[in-house]
Amino acid sequence: MATAPAPLPDSPSPVPPKYQPLASSSAHLRRRKLASTLFYLLCFSVTLLSFFLLAWIMSGIFKQGIPYLNQQFLTSFPSRFAEQAGIKSALYGSVYVLCVTAVFAIPVGIGAAIFLQEYAGDNRFARFVQVNIANLAGVPSIVYGILGLALFVRALGFERSVLSGGLTLGLLVLPIIIIATQEALRGVPNSLRHGSYALGASKWQTIRRQVLPIAMPGILTGIILSISRAMGETAPLIMMGALTYVAFVPRGLRDGFTTLPIQVFNWTSRPQVEFQAIAAAGIIVLMTVLLSLNALAIFLRYRSNSRL
Amino acid sequence: MNTSSISNLADKAMPEPSTRKAEAPSARNSTPQFNVAMAAAGEQNATPVIVEAEKVDLFYGTKQALKSVSIPFHQNTISALIGPSGCGKSTFLRCLNRMNDLIEGCRTEGEVTLSGENIYAKSVDTVMLRQRVGMVFQKPNPFPMAIWDNIAYGPRLRGIKNKAVLGEIVEESLRGAALWDEVKDDLKKSALGLSGGQQQRLCIARALATKPEVLLMDEPCSALDPISTLKIEELMRELRSAYTIVIVTHNMQQAARVSDTTAFFLLGELIERGASAKMFTDPSDKRTEDYITGRFG
Repeated sequence: MATAPAPLPDSPSPVPPKYQPLASSSAHLRRRKLASTLFYLLCFSVTLLSFFLLAWIMSGIFKQGIPYLNQQFLTSFPSRFAEQAGIKSALYGSVYVLCVTAVFAIPVGIGAAIFLQEYAGDNRFARFVQVNIANLAGVPSIVYGILGLALFVRALGFERSVLSGGLTLGLLVLPIIIIATQEALRGVPNSLRHGSYALGASKWQTIRRQVLPIAMPGILTGIILSISRAMGETAPLIMMGALTYVAFVPRGLRDGFTTLPIQVFNWTSRPQVEFQAIAAAGIIVLMTVLLSLNALAIFLRYRSNSRL
Repeated sequence: MNTSSISNLADKAMPEPSTRKAEAPSARNSTPQFNVAMAAAGEQNATPVIVEAEKVDLFYGTKQALKSVSIPFHQNTISALIGPSGCGKSTFLRCLNRMNDLIEGCRTEGEVTLSGENIYAKSVDTVMLRQRVGMVFQKPNPFPMAIWDNIAYGPRLRGIKNKAVLGEIVEESLRGAALWDEVKDDLKKSALGLSGGQQQRLCIARALATKPEVLLMDEPCSALDPISTLKIEELMRELRSAYTIVIVTHNMQQAARVSDTTAFFLLGELIERGASAKMFTDPSDKRTEDYITGRFG
């Protein structure tokens, strides 16, 4: 074979292919810009659509409900005469039930989330619990009503009381609180945990002084979402046997109760036109309570953020 | 030399930061001779051994990350650990205060002694250990709270509540980390508002506030600009009179500038260890020479 030290190329030294800038044709550019504009318009119009739908519903409710929304409405018990009907017992009932729900679900939920996220590690048991909690979050609310009926009303003998209702809703929102809290804890950078350990902090000191304060805004969001959810739930409470006509304010945990959504549901199922308007007034009260809860949450979030 | 960390801190002669700054260039120029002298002293075991690793093997799951590493660290010296990424130098550093315990599936064999006591013994509490062996991380990780609260964090963990006492520790630690003059009027402001270099010095001050005997530094300057790096190097030289420092660094100039002894790691093994002056001028192992001359790594 050839032994030439530097074999001569058979062909003239290869010319590098001519550099061709990859510019779009102007027609193609126009198409791309058009697609861009169309997508923008699509997004804008669905936003507008949902806003108008909400505004339409709200205006309907307000038009119907405002005439009935007065002090007498807020301070009277329900009545079969539309002009005397009020929402007092439902308002108190909702507040009482939500207090029980909050007192039960918030500490249990946060505690469980801290255990799963900070202590349990990655073993079979933790994964099993984790999967089940995720599944529980997707269980229809009426199933919780059946559970509440069987467990709290019958087995534990709490009767159809504020306590049973609050605990049932507590079970319902527990997975939401756990998942939201875990998410918030996961968001705390490990560098801060390690920094704390390296200074000789114990596990609890690290959680208490670093992890929880930083996760607090996220935890608060989860809590408020779940309390709002509990506030609007009707099905599980009807299932476990909450009363629909209550002419008293519950005085203790063992008293019967009704809540705002149940009362609204009750009114809407009446044939008289006046009661439709009263239901609208009830919805306005419900939404006001919900929005003020959300406002409180935003305020708390802001405060825990501005701590930094 | 008194081995008690608290009296160490009290004994420490702290030059005024302002005068130190003025001297900075000349101090830098004189470093090589300074290092040679100190390294020679280190070779002669002028100070007692405070931390000693003996035949440390470390596994992440089944993967062995450290292979029978033995290094003694002498009191009041700066020891540098160098080597390419993934060679196990940071892993080794974290063995010295058992930060590897936080990593799941990590197993350590062998012995690490602190003042003669095996820190991997069952009776040793990591909380107590980490109070004696402080650590500064690669990325500055100030807590999202006020500067004052950052420094007071460690002492507070130990139950010190008296504001006056804490205030003294805060000032002493910030002076120790050459940060006091820059932040003394902003102690109530968030530590996150500081620059990167200031944050790292804050982390050093935070570690000093717990009055450790040994200070571990895991690439403390890798996220910093040259001026901040210079400040931290000056600071390390100053801290040497009171602490024993072990530093992991990717910057070989830095290792040569600040350390008394250097250890070279490769693939989990300790290849060579000796006085920095000798390591960087006349290494005995071919692989060390290849690494420090930039032939690989």
